Amino acid sequence: MNGLAFILIAIVTVAAALAAATLRSLMHAALSFAVALVGIAAFFFLLGAEFVGLALVFIYIGAVAVLIVFTILLTRRDVGKTRGFKWGGAIVAAAVFGGLIWSILKTQSLAIVAPHMPGLTVKQIGATLMTTYVWPLLCVGVLLTAALIGALILVIEEKR
Amino acid sequence: MTPSLQVFLIVSAAVFSIGLLAALSRRHAIFILIGIEMMLAAANLNFIAFWRFNPQPKQPIGVMIALFAIAIAAAEAAVGLALVIAVYRHYRTTNVDQLDQLKG
Repeated sequence: MNGLAFILIAIVTVAAALAAATLRSLMHAALSFAVALVGIAAFFFLLGAEFVGLALVFIYIGAVAVLIVFTILLTRRDVGKTRGFKWGGAIVAAAVFGGLIWSILKTQSLAIVAPHMPGLTVKQIGATLMTTYVWPLLCVGVLLTAALIGALILVIEEKR
Repeated sequence: MTPSLQVFLIVSAAVFSIGLLAALSRRHAIFILIGIEMMLAAANLNFIAFWRFNPQPKQPIGVMIALFAIAIAAAEAAVGLALVIAVYRHYRTTNVDQLDQLKG
């Protein structure tokens, strides 16, 4: 694991996430969100979980970010009117961040370096998914089907 | 310099807090969904980091949990955005402060 790569990815990810949370324009925020997700996927690659990183890029940037952009375009007439920003949320978020940082830095057993590890192959992931985790996998399949049918029913035009 | 587990957790905590900031302080429904998705991605980063720094990794448990979390986040995003579109059709607004019809 490379320290320089880590610092670069961390800067890009946090900056893009901040931009996604604070930018005025909804479209710019959605694109910054996609950049932040690319940063998270790069962390996954850095940590040796290439398959999950690829899945994140495919699902989040290929599907979720595009879905968000479509929704913005479908509800665009409204964008100019919602300028509100509540500072109470910022205080809560800062308090949560402070608490997390304090507990992470206080726990001494977290200050470890990565052990040497053979790479995780997709074959291994598939075997585990199809043996130990086959019931959760089927449940996720049912959940996805139900969620997509529900989404369709929600957006279907009502007959007048 | 090799990054330790702590710095990964710190970056993850930063992304989580920024997602919380977006979910709590913005008034537009799509911003709230973006914030929730960011918090889920930060949680996934934690799972992968803990899996990688496990001294005796036998099974790829963290990878499995992250995969399932990604799938459930995708379902959540689809339903959430469909709700945003349905609410927009009904009320002509996506500002969550104006959706107070059920308020007592």
